Amino acid sequence: MTTVSLTVNGQSVTADVDPRTLLVQFLRDNLRLTGTHVGCDTSQCGACVIHLNGQAVKSCTVLAVQANASVVTTIEGIAEGGELHPMQAAFREHHGLQCGYCTPGMIMSAIDIVNRKGNALDEQTIRAELEGNLCRCTGYHNIVKAVAAGAQGMAQAPMRQAAE
Amino acid sequence: MTATGIGAPVRRKEDQRFVTGQGRYVDDFNRPGQTYAYFLRSPHAHATIRSIDTGPAKIMPGVVAIFTGDDLAADKIGGLICGWMIHSKDGSPMKAGPHPALAQGKVRYVGDHVAVVIAETLAQAKDAAEAIVVDYDVLPAVVDTAQATKASVQVHDVSPDNTVFNWHLGNKDETEAAFARAKHVTKIDLVNNRLVPNAIEPRAAVGEYDFGTDNYTLYTTSQNPHVARLVLSAFIGVAPEHKLRVIAPDVGGGFGSKIFIYAEETVCVWAAKKVKRPVKWTSDRSEAFLSDAHGRDHVTHAEMATDENGKIIGLRVHTTANLGAYLSTFSSSVPTYLYAPLLSGQYDIPAIYCEVDAVYTNTAPVDAYRGAGRPEATFVVERLVEKTARELGQDPAEFRRRNYITQFPHATPVIMTYDTGDYAASLDKALEIADYKNFQQRKQESARRGKLRGIGFSSYIEACGIAPSQAVGSLGAGVGLWESAEVRVNPTGSVEVLTGSHSHGQGHETTFAQLVSDRLGISIDQVSIVHGDTDKVQFGMGTYGSRSGAVGMSAIAKAIDKVIAKGKKVAAHVLEASEGDIEFKDGRFGVAGTDRSLAFGEVALQAYIAHKFSGQDLEPGLKEGAFYDPTNFTFPAGVHICEVEIDPDTGVTSIQRWTAVDDFGVIINPMIVEGQVHGGIAQGVGQALLEGAFYDQSGQLITASFNDYCMPRAIDLPSFQVGMTVTPCPSNPLGIKGCGEAGAIAAPPAVINAITDALGHEDIAMPATPQAVWRAAQKARMPMAAE
Repeated sequence: MTTVSLTVNGQSVTADVDPRTLLVQFLRDNLRLTGTHVGCDTSQCGACVIHLNGQAVKSCTVLAVQANASVVTTIEGIAEGGELHPMQAAFREHHGLQCGYCTPGMIMSAIDIVNRKGNALDEQTIRAELEGNLCRCTGYHNIVKAVAAGAQGMAQAPMRQAAE
Repeated sequence: MTATGIGAPVRRKEDQRFVTGQGRYVDDFNRPGQTYAYFLRSPHAHATIRSIDTGPAKIMPGVVAIFTGDDLAADKIGGLICGWMIHSKDGSPMKAGPHPALAQGKVRYVGDHVAVVIAETLAQAKDAAEAIVVDYDVLPAVVDTAQATKASVQVHDVSPDNTVFNWHLGNKDETEAAFARAKHVTKIDLVNNRLVPNAIEPRAAVGEYDFGTDNYTLYTTSQNPHVARLVLSAFIGVAPEHKLRVIAPDVGGGFGSKIFIYAEETVCVWAAKKVKRPVKWTSDRSEAFLSDAHGRDHVTHAEMATDENGKIIGLRVHTTANLGAYLSTFSSSVPTYLYAPLLSGQYDIPAIYCEVDAVYTNTAPVDAYRGAGRPEATFVVERLVEKTARELGQDPAEFRRRNYITQFPHATPVIMTYDTGDYAASLDKALEIADYKNFQQRKQESARRGKLRGIGFSSYIEACGIAPSQAVGSLGAGVGLWESAEVRVNPTGSVEVLTGSHSHGQGHETTFAQLVSDRLGISIDQVSIVHGDTDKVQFGMGTYGSRSGAVGMSAIAKAIDKVIAKGKKVAAHVLEASEGDIEFKDGRFGVAGTDRSLAFGEVALQAYIAHKFSGQDLEPGLKEGAFYDPTNFTFPAGVHICEVEIDPDTGVTSIQRWTAVDDFGVIINPMIVEGQVHGGIAQGVGQALLEGAFYDQSGQLITASFNDYCMPRAIDLPSFQVGMTVTPCPSNPLGIKGCGEAGAIAAPPAVINAITDALGHEDIAMPATPQAVWRAAQKARMPMAAE
C-alpha cells in the first residue's frame, strides 16, 4: 500500500491505496465521490473527466499516486453555496443531458474548454473540442448549445471562474 | 397551456442531481460487506469444455468463492429465456437451444460466461480468474449471417442447420400476381449492419440476501425491473417473486440493451446467498462489447413492383436475421413482428410478402436495439422507394407523395391498421425547411469546389406504444404489454405517482409530473414520480418501444380520473351538495352555478381527516390505481431529409443539413421530444456512417472497444432542424404516439440515399466509412475517366 495525500474539492485527504489504484477508483471507492463515472476502459469516453491542478484529465488514466500533492476538482466541487456553476446551469437550461451518465465529464470538459478557448465559442470549435467525450443520448445538439451558453455564463461570473 | 402543463418545454426536475454528480446509478451503490464478482469469459467462439480446474485460483488472495455452470445446475437454477414464441411457416415452434447463465459443457461465442470469481476486491477477482485452468476443445465457428445455414458447424443440437425459424408474413399469391403484372421491378440487396448499443453506463448488478427475512435484493441496470423480477423468479428460479426486490435506480441509457435478463444479474442474486454477502458486478466496456446484446444484423433481398402510373403495387422481401449464439429475451420478436408489419411504410401497397429466416451463429446474442426491427424495415422500404424513383426518373419526394396512404384507418397487407396520419403535411414542411427547391444550386456550388452533393429522403413509419396485450399474445408474446399506475394523494395535497414505466434518460420525472399538474391543477413541484423499485411499484412492464407516453402516461391519466371522481364525492360531503353538482376545474372542486369551491389540497385533507362523512358512505383516503391496456399500436411517422457533401478525394462524407419533421401526436414536453429526436438521429447516422460490429472468421470480435468501434462524436454530426406536425393519436386518451426511436429509424436510409444520390450509383453498404465512400466514388468516376 502507498500513502497519497491530495486536496479534493477544497478538502485535504490522505489514504493508503494499492499502488495500481486509478484516480477515478480512488475518488469513487475511497472518497465515495460517485459523480465521476467510468464509461470505458480505453480512455475514450470522457465520463471520468475531472480537473487536476486546474486542467481537465481523464481520471481513469491517472494513478491515484500520481495525483499525490495535487489539487483535484470533481463535479461535486463546482457548485458554490447551493448555486450551480454557470456550466451546470447551462446544461440544465438547454437540455444538454438525458440519462446524465456522461454529464459530469461533459461539464468538466466544457469548463476546461472555456478556460482554454475563451467565452465566445463557435459551434465548430465546441464540436472539435468535445472530441474526448462521448454521449449516446443527446446527439450532441443540445450539449453544443449548452457549452456555448455556459461559456457566456462564465464570462458573466468571472469571480467564480477565477476562484476555481 | 400553463407554464408547466401539457405542451410546455419544462426544464427537467431530475437534472439538478445529474448536473451536480448526485445521480445514483447501480455502481454507486455499495452494500456492507460487499464482495466483487468477475466473470471468466470464453476466449473462443465455439469450443467444448473438457474440464475447468478452479483449484489454483481458489487459494489466491481474497478469493471468496468460484462457481461454474455445475454449481448453478446443482441448485436447479434454470437457463435464460426467450419470451416470445415464433412459429415457422410449417407450424413448428422456433428451435430454442439451452442458454445456461454459466456454460455447461460448451461455449458458443467469445465472451460466453464460463465461471464467476467472487473476491474481496475486483482486482483480486480478476487476478484469480487468470489462474482458472479451462481445457477447451476448440471447434470451428460459424459467423457469417448469410452463410449460417450452409455451414458445417452446428451451434445448437436442436438445430442441425442453425435455423431458429423460417417465418413469413403477408400474402404470397397476391404478391406474386402483382409482380406478374408489374410494369417495372426494382431490386435491391441490403445488409443491415450489426451494432453495439453502447449506453455510456455499462451494465451492473448488486445482489444481496438477508438471512433474517429470506429476502433478496437486486440492484440492476434495467429498463423493466418488474419483468426482470418475474423472469428471475418464475423462469430462472433464483428466488420467489415475493421475496425478490429489484431496484433499477438511475440508469445511464438503455436503447434496448437493458431490457434483457442476462447471466450476470442472475448469478449475482444467486451467489449472494451462496457466499452470504452482497455480490457486486460492474461491466467494463470490453465486456460490454462482447456480452451486451447486439442489434440489427440482417441480410436482405427485396423487390418493389410498380405499375405504368408509377404506383407501387407489390413488395417482396427475404431476410436472413442473425440472432447470435443464444436467443436473448425478446430476440425472436425483433426480425418478425417488430419488422415485417412495418414493410408497408407510409405507402399504399396492396400486396406484400416477407420471409424471414433466423439463424444461430457463434456471435453475441442479438436483440432489440433502439427501433428494434423498425429501422431494418424502414431501411428496406426507403432504399427501395428511392431506388425505384430514380429508375423511373421521378423526383423522389413526388414519387413518395404519389404513393402515400391518405385515407385512415388504413389496413396494410401486413397486419397493421394505421389509425391516423398526414404524411403529405410532414413532407411539405420538410421540403420547406430543407430548402429543397434550391438544392440543385447548392449541388452546383459544391461541384465547383470539386465536391459531390447529394440529398436523401426517409419517409418512415413505426409502430410504438407497444402494445395491446391480446394482440401481442396472439402473435407469440409471453406477457401482456399494458402498463400500471398508482396516484397517491397525500393529506397535504402533494402527489406521488407510482409508475411501471422506467426512466433512463427520457425525463419521466418531469413529463409525468406535467400531466399530473395539468390534470389536477397543482404545481409540478408538488408531484413526485416513483419508479424502478418493485417494493414500491406493484407491477409494470417497463420502458421500451416508445411506450411510456402512450401506454404509461395513459395509465396515469386513468388513475387521475379516478382520483378526481373520488375527490368529487369528498367535496360533495364537505360542500353539502349533491355529487352530481360537483365540477372539477382549474384545480378546484366547486358546486355548479355557485361560488362555493374547495382547492384540490383542501379536498385531499378532508379525504384523510374524514370528519365530514361517515365510513359507511365513503371510504377515507385518496389513492387510486389503474392498469391501461392500449387498443392499438400507435403510428408515429415523419420525413427526414439528409443533405451530404462528399469529398471524392478522401471519401469523407459531411452532413450539411438535417431536416426532421415528425408527427408524434400530442406532445407533453417539446424540449424533451426534440432531444429524443436528436439522439435517435445520432444513432442512425452512427449506423450509416461509422458503426459496425465485425467478427473475423474465427469468431473474434474485432471491434471490441471504443478505439475500434466508431461511436459518433460531436464533430461527426451537424445541428438538426427539427419540425413537428400533429395528428393526435385516437388510440389512447392523451393522443400521444411516442418519439423515442424515430430518429434511429429514419436516419440510416436518409444518409445512404443522400450518399448514393451524390455518387450517382447504388452500391454503398453501411457503415459508409470514408474508405467505402472513396472506393465507391472512384467507381463512379470510372465512366468519366473513360470519356
